[in-house]
Amino acid sequence: MNFILLIVVILIAVIMVAAAVGIAKAIAPRSYNPQKGEPYECGIPTRGKSWMQFKVGYYLFAILFLMFDVETVFLFAWAVVVQDLGIYGLVSVLFFLLVLILGLAYAWRKGALEWK
Amino acid sequence: MFDFGIITGWIHTQLTSVMSEQLAIFLECVIVGILLLLVYVIVAIIMIYMERKVCAAFQCRLGPTRVGPWGSLQVFCDVFKMLTKEIITVRHSDKFLYNLAPFIVILASVMAFACIPMSRGLEILDFNVGVFFFMAASSIGIVGILLAGWSSNSKFSLIGAMRSGAQMISYELSVGLSILTIVVLTDTMQFSEIVMRQEDGWFIFKGHIPAVISFIIYLIAANAEVNRGPFDLPEAESELTAGYHTEYSGMHFGLFYVAEFVNLFIVSSIAATIFLGGWMPLHIPGLDGFNAVMDWIPGFVWYFAKAFFVVWLLMWIKWTFPRLRIDQILTLEWKYLVPIGLANLLLMVIVVVFKLHF
Repeated sequence: MNFILLIVVILIAVIMVAAAVGIAKAIAPRSYNPQKGEPYECGIPTRGKSWMQFKVGYYLFAILFLMFDVETVFLFAWAVVVQDLGIYGLVSVLFFLLVLILGLAYAWRKGALEWK
Repeated sequence: MFDFGIITGWIHTQLTSVMSEQLAIFLECVIVGILLLLVYVIVAIIMIYMERKVCAAFQCRLGPTRVGPWGSLQVFCDVFKMLTKEIITVRHSDKFLYNLAPFIVILASVMAFACIPMSRGLEILDFNVGVFFFMAASSIGIVGILLAGWSSNSKFSLIGAMRSGAQMISYELSVGLSILTIVVLTDTMQFSEIVMRQEDGWFIFKGHIPAVISFIIYLIAANAEVNRGPFDLPEAESELTAGYHTEYSGMHFGLFYVAEFVNLFIVSSIAATIFLGGWMPLHIPGLDGFNAVMDWIPGFVWYFAKAFFVVWLLMWIKWTFPRLRIDQILTLEWKYLVPIGLANLLLMVIVVVFKLHF
């Protein structure tokens, strides 16, 4: 039942967007002007391509995020059973977290968290 | 406490008595879908009206007053205005991705919206990994924003989308860690079960110090997650015009706008559900008379009251603090919130293992 509802929810989202855009396309006025197709840059004609190289700093944070997000996936599985595991669960995850915190400390020390 | 499961169960038995099982389930799905769409749109309208009124109150203005009593019909007029505006596509944009982006953004917010239990028996998606599913569903929205910025072939859009992506993935860690803290306390990931466990006290009281810390971290991170408040630099008006949706016009823009406001409501109601008890009334163990009086107030009233209280809190933050720079945002997340979140998680585990919670 849950998965049928999930499909229904996805369909609702798609129908909603399609209907809104469809109605707008049907009733909105249309006019052609070559200036309308230009990318907006405060009135100045744009120069060069917009798909260009950008700052590598974003990539560093994406890598860091990947490391911690995978960690969160493991921690969720552990968090559900930690009350049954007791002190054993606490100590075992302490080592896991220690390795991660060392990783964060290393990135910090290397200056990966600075925005340059 | 009124159980909406009685109504849904009654509808189910009525339908199965006149038609086959499959047809009944199909019809129920249609009803659920229409109701979900209705609630989604109503929440969006209330949120937009509330934003304008709250913003006006904080700036000593009146806000919309002309259309309808207290300007309450202003949002409907805005919707019709959006519908009658031309949808412009930039000439050299990637047409397919450009049109796909609003679908993904709305899809993520509808899926996350359907996860939240609104009252007893009013859950739509109630998985046993509900919290996990919620985080997965809401993070799809980042893909939509990145696609919107990348495909529209504008430098402002590209910078806005990249900032937004970096900020949202970073703060998702803190959202995850603070929700994890509560999962440690409850040992379940099902939203309806999480609400049921708060019958003898909300988690912010039961978990005392670590729960309060993670509530504060959650509020900060959730505010950054929905690109609002002091963290609104992906769409900083004065530098990037509108950030990732600069090139979107008419209803395309309207969909991004709606998704943004409903996302604000979603993060607020998650805060209300996992920290403030969701639809569970305020119960104090030992005071049976007080608890009975509180039970007279229906569950969905409690739920919406708490959710809109958190929304109001986030709006207060938005209209009070100035905008942060990108380096300040990343410093706040990686050098403060993540280490504090990890330490707080350990504190919560110690509290739970040694049974120090209420």
